[in-house]
Amino acid sequence: MSGVRAWAAGRPAAARLGLALIALLCLYAFVGPHLSPHSPTDIDYTALSAGPGARHWFGTNRIGQDVFAQTARGLQKSLLISVSVSAATTALAALVGTCAGYFGGWTDHALTFLVDLLLVVPGFLVLVVVASRLRNAGWPAYAAAIAALGWMVTARAVRAMARSLRERPYVRAARHMGVRPLRIVRGHLLPHLAPFLITHATIAAAAAVVAEAGLSFVGFGVQPPDVSLGTLMADSAEVALTYPWMFFFPTGMLLCFVLAVNLVGEALRTRLDPVAAWAAVRR
Amino acid sequence: MGGGTEVSDGTDQAPALDIRGLRVVVGAGRAEGEEAEAVRGVDLTLRRGEVLGLVGESGAGKTLTALAALGLTPPGARLRGSVRLLGTELVGLPARELARLRGDRIAMVFQDPSAAFTPVHRIGDQIGEALRVHERPRPSRRAARARAITLLSDTGVPEPERVALSFPHQLSGGLRRRAMIAMAVANRPDVIVADEPTSSLDVTVQARVLAALGDARETTGAALLLVSHDLGVVAQTADRVAVMYAGRIVETAPARELFARPRMPYTAGLLSAAPRVDAAHALSRVPGTQPAPGKAGTGCAFAPRCPVSRPECRVTDPALAAVTQPERGPGRPAARAAERARAAAGASAEHLAACLYPGAGEGAGGGGLFPVGPPPAARPRATAGAAPALRVTGLAATHRTRRGGRLRAVRHVDLTVAAGETVALVGESGAGKSTTLDRIIALTAPEAGRIEVLGRDTAKLTRAEAHRLRGRVQIVLQDPATTLDPRMKIGAILAEPLQAQRVPRAEIAARTPELLAEVELGGEAADRYPHEFSGGQQQRIALARALAVRPELLLLDEPVSALDVSVQAGVLDLLRRLTSAPDGPACLVVSHDLTVVRQIADRVVVMHGGRTVESGPTDTLLTRPRHPYTRTLLWSVPRPDPGARRPLAAPLAPLSGCDTTTGCGFRAQCGAYRELPSEQKRLCEHEAPGPNGPTGASCHFPYPDDATPPPGRPAWRGRPGAH
Amino acid sequence: MAGRVLRRLARSLLLLLASALVSYAVATAALSPRAYFEDRTPRPPTVAVDHELAALGLDDRTPVAERFTHWAWRAAHGDLGRTLDGESVNAEFGRRIGVSARLLLVGTVVGTGLGVLAGVWAAVRKDRVPDRAMTLLSFLILSLPTFVLALLLKDGALCFNNSVGHTVIRYTGESTPGATGGLLSRLGDRAVHLTLPTATVALGLVAAYSRYQRAATLDVLAAGHLLTAQAKGLTPGRALLRHGLRVSLVPLTAFLSFGFLTLFTGSVFAEQIFGWPGMGSWFLEAAQRGDVNSVVAVTLFAAVTVLLAGLLSDLLLFALDPRVRG
Repeated sequence: MSGVRAWAAGRPAAARLGLALIALLCLYAFVGPHLSPHSPTDIDYTALSAGPGARHWFGTNRIGQDVFAQTARGLQKSLLISVSVSAATTALAALVGTCAGYFGGWTDHALTFLVDLLLVVPGFLVLVVVASRLRNAGWPAYAAAIAALGWMVTARAVRAMARSLRERPYVRAARHMGVRPLRIVRGHLLPHLAPFLITHATIAAAAAVVAEAGLSFVGFGVQPPDVSLGTLMADSAEVALTYPWMFFFPTGMLLCFVLAVNLVGEALRTRLDPVAAWAAVRR
Repeated sequence: MGGGTEVSDGTDQAPALDIRGLRVVVGAGRAEGEEAEAVRGVDLTLRRGEVLGLVGESGAGKTLTALAALGLTPPGARLRGSVRLLGTELVGLPARELARLRGDRIAMVFQDPSAAFTPVHRIGDQIGEALRVHERPRPSRRAARARAITLLSDTGVPEPERVALSFPHQLSGGLRRRAMIAMAVANRPDVIVADEPTSSLDVTVQARVLAALGDARETTGAALLLVSHDLGVVAQTADRVAVMYAGRIVETAPARELFARPRMPYTAGLLSAAPRVDAAHALSRVPGTQPAPGKAGTGCAFAPRCPVSRPECRVTDPALAAVTQPERGPGRPAARAAERARAAAGASAEHLAACLYPGAGEGAGGGGLFPVGPPPAARPRATAGAAPALRVTGLAATHRTRRGGRLRAVRHVDLTVAAGETVALVGESGAGKSTTLDRIIALTAPEAGRIEVLGRDTAKLTRAEAHRLRGRVQIVLQDPATTLDPRMKIGAILAEPLQAQRVPRAEIAARTPELLAEVELGGEAADRYPHEFSGGQQQRIALARALAVRPELLLLDEPVSALDVSVQAGVLDLLRRLTSAPDGPACLVVSHDLTVVRQIADRVVVMHGGRTVESGPTDTLLTRPRHPYTRTLLWSVPRPDPGARRPLAAPLAPLSGCDTTTGCGFRAQCGAYRELPSEQKRLCEHEAPGPNGPTGASCHFPYPDDATPPPGRPAWRGRPGAH
Repeated sequence: MAGRVLRRLARSLLLLLASALVSYAVATAALSPRAYFEDRTPRPPTVAVDHELAALGLDDRTPVAERFTHWAWRAAHGDLGRTLDGESVNAEFGRRIGVSARLLLVGTVVGTGLGVLAGVWAAVRKDRVPDRAMTLLSFLILSLPTFVLALLLKDGALCFNNSVGHTVIRYTGESTPGATGGLLSRLGDRAVHLTLPTATVALGLVAAYSRYQRAATLDVLAAGHLLTAQAKGLTPGRALLRHGLRVSLVPLTAFLSFGFLTLFTGSVFAEQIFGWPGMGSWFLEAAQRGDVNSVVAVTLFAAVTVLLAGLLSDLLLFALDPRVRG
């Protein structure tokens, strides 16, 4: 990761701000619930729709549940989904992309068709359909579904890059020297793909959180009494102007997280040429 | 034509182009510290109607100077100083007025025509646009296109109508350059700036392009600023020469004088490092490399590399000044008499050098100034009867084209490399050299014919045997910058072929410093990355990697084509030394450059159109070739000697409708064929020629054992009166 | 060339078929129309439910393959089956397609057009105020999930209307119900209603495209042929216009089909939040109820539009760049 360190030294402001924000959000999501006396499901009948105050730091919702605790619970879920989806999609995209790109032939034809097929129907629609089966399965199932539908564009880019790397003179030279294919993939291809993959891991991290929140927002995500940032937003969207705190805190957390991850990602991305990366997506 | 441009007073006396104190800063607007002054005070005068050659190695600032002549800069660069075109100051002129001069009074032929033409417009329209921009009343689109066709045909482009309707990517490099020239002369400018007009072209195509440029100049009477790294091209064309180094002009003189009596040590080194096609000779090696833009310190930029530099040289940056008569040095009466005569004629004022001690090393002669590599020595012949390292017979190969068709890249190749011998495979792009090399290193059964590597028929190898054989055959690919993985340290790069052969780790660790020493690099190089090395050093590393497993057969693809002349000499020396060692590997060198081949090869095999057409010992083949193609090839190489200027042979335009699937593959372009009586012609048309004569020329009517030039259109006749 | 077009069309058709199969399989596996019928009060007898399901072609006792074949056979003849209410899917499709098509079309055109313009402008003004402002703005918009953007726009409009005192920005539905007046005022009414949903779907596109176009334009500005154009006597501005713009649009075509995917997803949210009776809101209702036939119909619509976007981007590339015409 010396590359990441070098980059962080190069553009400190944006990247550090992003990393600091992510750290704060993690702190809130995982340590916050232990600081607050309320649990997300507790109902405080003495404080219905109460504004932020000493007792309920972020206020309460219309049935008297603590917004601080609920938001922390929702954020927790978002962060877990974000990390697992990001790791899974990046690994899957790297695997499929390098296999299709480096080995070519039938492997390539089959994998490319699969990728194209999954890209024909917008992933979110499929997610909505699948989600109605996952209602009681908990966040790992959602993460798996989101990951399964979120790797294709990256895989296509990786494939295109692997194809061009395959014809680089130093890879050809290695083949002529008798270096075995897997060793070439590990020694010559993956190190060159790494910056691109890291960048895409950040994009996937943000996209996963947004997908989960969107899913919950339209009613296909987690079911009550469990909460997610999306359900919290959906419940309070209609009264956002009357009881702003109910809407503001979950939305703010979501935006903060996406913004922070994007700050890190953008700093990474500027080290790649975006046009070249996107042009590479086309075969 | 064009015309109508108001210019300031003194127009008639003003030189075509007068550049004073030109400075170009690149990287402006980027972070501080990335800005660099790439051109550091250039003074240059181009007189009306003359040809001025601007010579230098890559990174010297030639292209920036050429662009500045039009008041142009690449994005992010800033221009200072003065550029006067026919007396009009261009620096600071408003964009509209600049635009009115550009393309009309001064035009440019760009270096890389694949990037210089807009990819989405037709060639004819792009040329026509030059007319439509300047001419008033504005010609119609149709009229402009018709004129473009005339211009193309004047530039010697075959089928100009077709070319005018083509998009840039549909044309060959040579055609694009000629189209570029046609566009430049469209408005009959007073000044043409040509930036590397022939770089990366084949020699025969280069001869054609030079012919086009010469014609263009003759018809327009324009002055020409010819920027080139190729001393041969400059010697062939220029009246005067300016040498550029690290952003400055370091020497300028009439061409003949500069080549005969260089006074600045850099010029001397450059000249004696350039290989020649007419003789294998010791090449001088200029140590070190040119400082990167912005990295030149105080004092003379060349001082760190200069063998005769003195302490003052590192402090004072010398200005360009007239060279005085040499007072020292052993008498060379004839030369000095000539010098005196020239001085009397006012010629010596023309010879300027930026050197505190011009001609300091004169006594030893240009070549003696720098360390000289070993003269090419005769190598021990391979003992008769020993198995050749490589034997290829009747090889044919096809490529799959993008449209799904098949292209016959190699039709019939025969060649043999004896153990310990160095053989050069020579030909122009598209001749099938690289494909041949590719099929050899594949170590699989060829589509047709037979390949024997170190006595093993590649068609009969098992997978495991092929893998073992890879430990005995190594290849060095063309561009060293791209053949080394930028993310690997040199140590890991050198270990790779050894690891592939499962050599123990300890042995690899011991071998690395050995290898580095063998290619004249320090052991500390192992811990560094490829980008920390210069092009020449990178090629040494690539060579070391290939030598790691002590191969018996070494394949080299264009080993020095990506290198500058002064660096190239060192690598050629190294190659000579490695291949002539008693236990050195047999070598097959693929090259398009006859001057390089001359320096390193024992034997030469010539390829044309997928066939080997002639082969023989280097000396014989490169002085008295028998095959018409070899002869054209040889005569189209310009010599770096303006005194011995001779017309270049530009190959003939191919006969249209000539079906080369039967008979001789070269006859469409063969000058000899066109002069044959018709019954002999029939032989060429119907029967493929077999090896004939002592060099095995595949020709029915090979040339006799002499050195007459081939028939053909002479390119760039030169102006004998200019000297 | 004709061969390439045909191959491309054949592949698209194959993808369409495969995606129909996959979405049918996923929909039948994940959705439970039986639950919809059984949840009614009073709970109907199982035989009645079986009968109703069989009538809709959704009987879960027949194998999926058989149900799909049956459905596909009728779909090939232009009949997409019936909704859970027994209505014709075709009729519902016909009612809703216009609504979605308007939103998607206007969104694509506005998003792409503005994005390209903004990108070129930012590139020409590189490192100056407009460029920096645009960079920041597009970054913020790209960090804003579509549904949050829609909610914020809606709330913003509400605030604005409240502060002005009467409803200036109308955003619920496609038009004001029962609106009267001439053609012009009705068109005006529709345009006002279109504003916020279009902004929702197009803003993300503008932000993304402006980034790509900016980078592509910067590449072209550094390209050799722009210097050639200037050396020929064109002023820098004309050179960019005549020789740069078209070249810089070439890499953007690769992005169009992916951009459309995100646009489609955005339109689902926009329809839901702004109460448009389009394909997206239909899809959400249908998925909620377990209406397999309607869900498959909408995914089919999505697949067709995405494939069309892909073909369109290919055609555009073909028109822009002679190098791919081969």
